Amino acid sequence: MQEELIAIKGVNDGLLIALSTTEKWQLVTDQLAARIDEKADFFAGASITIQLGTRPVPKYELSSLKALLERRGLSLSLVQSESETTRKSATALQVAIENGNAREAPSPAQETAPVNPEETGTYGTLFRRTLRSGRTIHSEGHIVVYGDVNPGAKVIAAGDIVIWGKLRGYVHAGALGDESAVVCALDMSPSQLRIAGHLVTSPPGRRKGVLPEVAYVRDDQIIVEARD
Amino acid sequence: MAGKVVTISSGKGGVGKTTATANLGISLASLGRKVVVIDADIGLRNLDVIMGLENRIVYDLVDIVEGRSKLRQSMIKHKKFENLYLIPAAQTRDKMSVSPADMVKLTDELRDAHDFILIDSPAGIERGFRNALEPADEVLIVTNPEVSAVRDADRITGLIEAAEKGPGRLILNRLKPDLVKKGEMLSSDDVIDILGLSIIGIIPEDELVLSASNSGVPVTLNTDSKAGMAFNNVARRLTGEDVPFMNLDDEPGFFRRLARLIEAW
Repeated sequence: MQEELIAIKGVNDGLLIALSTTEKWQLVTDQLAARIDEKADFFAGASITIQLGTRPVPKYELSSLKALLERRGLSLSLVQSESETTRKSATALQVAIENGNAREAPSPAQETAPVNPEETGTYGTLFRRTLRSGRTIHSEGHIVVYGDVNPGAKVIAAGDIVIWGKLRGYVHAGALGDESAVVCALDMSPSQLRIAGHLVTSPPGRRKGVLPEVAYVRDDQIIVEARD
Repeated sequence: MAGKVVTISSGKGGVGKTTATANLGISLASLGRKVVVIDADIGLRNLDVIMGLENRIVYDLVDIVEGRSKLRQSMIKHKKFENLYLIPAAQTRDKMSVSPADMVKLTDELRDAHDFILIDSPAGIERGFRNALEPADEVLIVTNPEVSAVRDADRITGLIEAAEKGPGRLILNRLKPDLVKKGEMLSSDDVIDILGLSIIGIIPEDELVLSASNSGVPVTLNTDSKAGMAFNNVARRLTGEDVPFMNLDDEPGFFRRLARLIEAW
């Protein structure tokens, strides 16, 4: 089996990708490209933080990494590094840079739950606000939204998605292929609901007597069931 | 008390931001408040036309920011109201010629001598919107009862929240009560349900608005206009007064019933 050169986790509403600090650059970036292409749905539109540790990355290497992400519709929003060379490269490319040791507090506009990559159990991210149009949130774990998900907002999780509010936007649970993932909402009328590789849209028209519902996959189909 | 900066925004274009700004300016002035309205839509100025002040423009917002004119020189007094001034947008420049910090500085200078500073935000979510948002104490979001306008209002609301400018209040413009009744138009309840915002005004569709805008005499000055009355109510609510919402569907319903009776007969 190929050695894992890449670790991915959800942070804020983007993704943090830690790259091996010792393996050959070409090998690492090839594997990163392969991982993204394999799960394009999960990565779609995410803003990416790259953790490079102590590896000195010259400008041309960082620029090719940036291009690699941009070709796939991802933006490189931050580089974390402990190397002076890497930091200079990032500055030259006008990419935000952060010292890998001392991670600054995230900006107040984006609340975040700490995600522990060491934890092998399940973890999740809680968003305690309504997600409005244009907002996308990602997690490698589960996502709980205490608020509504409005049309035009996107929630993408490798695990389950629980919406304690009205679901009217786009949700994708089990985005890395987990068919056992579920989506729960107090008012389930998503513009599109995906679980792993399956997809449903809401029937048009107004619904009466709204009940909390759960969506899950059974026999290769998404079933939506009321929970009263 | 220092003046309050109120920004009028929408995201989507053509929903009635400028009309709302002009009418609120007039209404507040007629309530005796000292008001300045600022057109932040640099490059596409309109507010001066709707207020009927186009031919009095000498200096504009960019002239003030770049130091070519004094603030006082650039403020155009309204023909009818002594206590209402307009700072027009520049026609020949673009949004980048003004920064959010410039707008904060400008409005801070105006706060002492005025009760309300209304900023007409351009459509979109880029620099022009940022300029209009930065100095705001309160944001009014104008939307129409249609899905695309509500979607953009939602997007704008997210940005307003992220900038910590409060949740904003909603002006629902161009509502047609008879279409709502038939289920062909979103109702105010539908819109509130989606956006989760409190509403400061519901403005009914009114043909008088168009002719008023073209003639440069905002519709609030026309006492026959329901839209004008509704804008007046928004202005009173802005001053903190508790004004009940108008009943919008009496009259057309009555006439329609009458018309139907005659037809049937």
